[in-house]
Amino acid sequence: MDLLYKIFVDPFLQMGAAPDLLVQTLWEGLVAGVLYSLIALGFVLIFKASGVFNFAQGIMVVFAALTLVGLHEHGVPAFVALALTIAVMFCLAFAVERLILRPLVNQPDIILFMATFGLTYFLIGFGELIFGGETKIMIADQLWLPRGAIELKMAGGFVSIQKIDIAAAIIASLMVAGLAIFFQRTRIGRALRAVADSHRAALSVGISLEQIWVIVWFAAGLVALTTGIMWGARSDVSFALDVIALKALPVLILGGLTSIPGAIVGGLIIGVGEKLGEFYWGPLMGSGIESWFAYVIALIFLLFRPQGLFGERIIERI
Amino acid sequence: MLYREAGQFKTNYAADVAVFPILQDRIGLAVILFIAAVIIPWFGSSFLIQAVMIPFLIFSLAAIGLNLLTGYTGLLSLGTGAFMGVGAYACYKLTTYFPDVNIIIWIAASGFFSAAIGVLFGLPSLRIKGFYLAVATLAAQFFLSWCFIRQPWFYNYNVSGAIEVPTRSLFGVPITGATATDTTRYFVVLGFVVVMTWIASNLVHGRIGRMWMAVRDMDLAAELTGIRLLPTKLLAFATSSFYCGVAGALLVFLWYGGAEPAVFDVNLSFFILFMVIIGGLGSLTGSFFGAALIFIMPIVLRYFPPKLGIPVHPATVEHIQYMTIGALIVLFLIAEPAGLARLWQIGKQKLRVWPFPY
Repeated sequence: MDLLYKIFVDPFLQMGAAPDLLVQTLWEGLVAGVLYSLIALGFVLIFKASGVFNFAQGIMVVFAALTLVGLHEHGVPAFVALALTIAVMFCLAFAVERLILRPLVNQPDIILFMATFGLTYFLIGFGELIFGGETKIMIADQLWLPRGAIELKMAGGFVSIQKIDIAAAIIASLMVAGLAIFFQRTRIGRALRAVADSHRAALSVGISLEQIWVIVWFAAGLVALTTGIMWGARSDVSFALDVIALKALPVLILGGLTSIPGAIVGGLIIGVGEKLGEFYWGPLMGSGIESWFAYVIALIFLLFRPQGLFGERIIERI
Repeated sequence: MLYREAGQFKTNYAADVAVFPILQDRIGLAVILFIAAVIIPWFGSSFLIQAVMIPFLIFSLAAIGLNLLTGYTGLLSLGTGAFMGVGAYACYKLTTYFPDVNIIIWIAASGFFSAAIGVLFGLPSLRIKGFYLAVATLAAQFFLSWCFIRQPWFYNYNVSGAIEVPTRSLFGVPITGATATDTTRYFVVLGFVVVMTWIASNLVHGRIGRMWMAVRDMDLAAELTGIRLLPTKLLAFATSSFYCGVAGALLVFLWYGGAEPAVFDVNLSFFILFMVIIGGLGSLTGSFFGAALIFIMPIVLRYFPPKLGIPVHPATVEHIQYMTIGALIVLFLIAEPAGLARLWQIGKQKLRVWPFPY
């Protein structure tokens, strides 16, 4: 009885008693959620266009951020470094298409999934070999990203909001809007959607799959770079960051593997759910429940909608 | 020339459905068992037994476990590490509470605990499939890892948070703990692996294995032919987790001699998955090949460059090792997506028709 009270009543009383804390927790959840959404977005882009479950997305985030910071450390001006990093991400996309996707075309999903594991290991080794394994600080100031916090008077208390988080939210929305326009309005975007619908039909009307894959992996690389800058500005750049890829997986299945809106909504749900769970229910079970709470949320959703919130309906035929 | 089946006639049904129908295969198996059971313990160095053979056999067992689930039943799981952890911690708790019972029995029994947990986390598999299921099994991985770190009951409220293997003996010979010799431990591991591989081979060649494979190939069609999906899938989860649990218990009790929770993290799950996929999905022989390749490759990469006299920084070695492993995984997949087991089969086929091309 006492336990039930602690689980079902007490946390809500706490929320009511300190609304400013609740708002603060919600905000932090949303910000974390935006970053999860961005990583999930990278996954979804690639999965839609090539059917590859790209485990390397997390390491691509780290690799992009590391390249940017590493170049800057070698004396390259910040914005030139940014342009060079974009070029590096393009080369990566090109190499992945040439060396991994093309030889493995038409293989079962699990083999391609495995190949992205190989890519992950390769990028970890390559990144550390070139830029060193130590933790680096993101060049946030040089990229004109704001820092510091604003104190808002709200809900009977103060809520502190980091400026960088606001910037992250704005940039993320801009990027999603840009991608949406790119997908809906441009010629390449239409080709991408055609490939996502059916590889074979797209091929038969003369769309080059190879070209589309390079574009998609490049787009995922750009998303990874943005994520890397944002995440790096909040903490530091190191290979420990790759755990965020694992954090993005529940987002992905919650939203549906093939849905861009799903990735965003899923990210926000997971971000908020995780922070609320950790803050209000965490003390009941000992700390650190963040590591699995997201998965439990996703599992509960999946039991009701096996294809995720926005995923395509799974139709099975014999 | 030597590998020919000419003149070997099958005169009854049992001979026709035998696992090793060709005489040369049976001889080969006997030779391998002889090497494993006699030559290696006699002539092998302590390094070979302790640092290569014992972990190789244990990882093979875990890979067989995952292969039963992923390769034979088609259910992708990323929770192997956690299920191994369940086995290890169950064995640890059991031998703490009942120190007088034979440790071999507890190692085998710990598999049942792991199987129960496996069934629990396998329940979503009826509704969700493919990568969705893989991510769902990650829930097991992270939840169980968290339990091993945060719940002190699992490690007997040890200050260090790690578990230490006590000394347990069988007929007066210590087989776990610091006093056990390498050779004794090797024999125990070998015994477990041989017996459990034999059981697995019988499982997959029998009715249960066929049910699993039918579910893997198309679960809807399997259901229409009268296979009940839930029991079949759960049985696969239970068997797989049993194997992984025993492997986990062996890993801690007979190799590490103690473990921190970090041993059973998600990387171990990926590691075992590499072995299964590189070795070949749906092949027991492949599990051994995969374990050998993935486990022994880093050892070779670590020890060879210094032997060749190339002076490299240890950190650089590690980075290059990562790159090489990544590149090799991709290369193997491109060369033979069906895994080393398929290469082995192709090799045998070539040998049969040698010197003719086909």
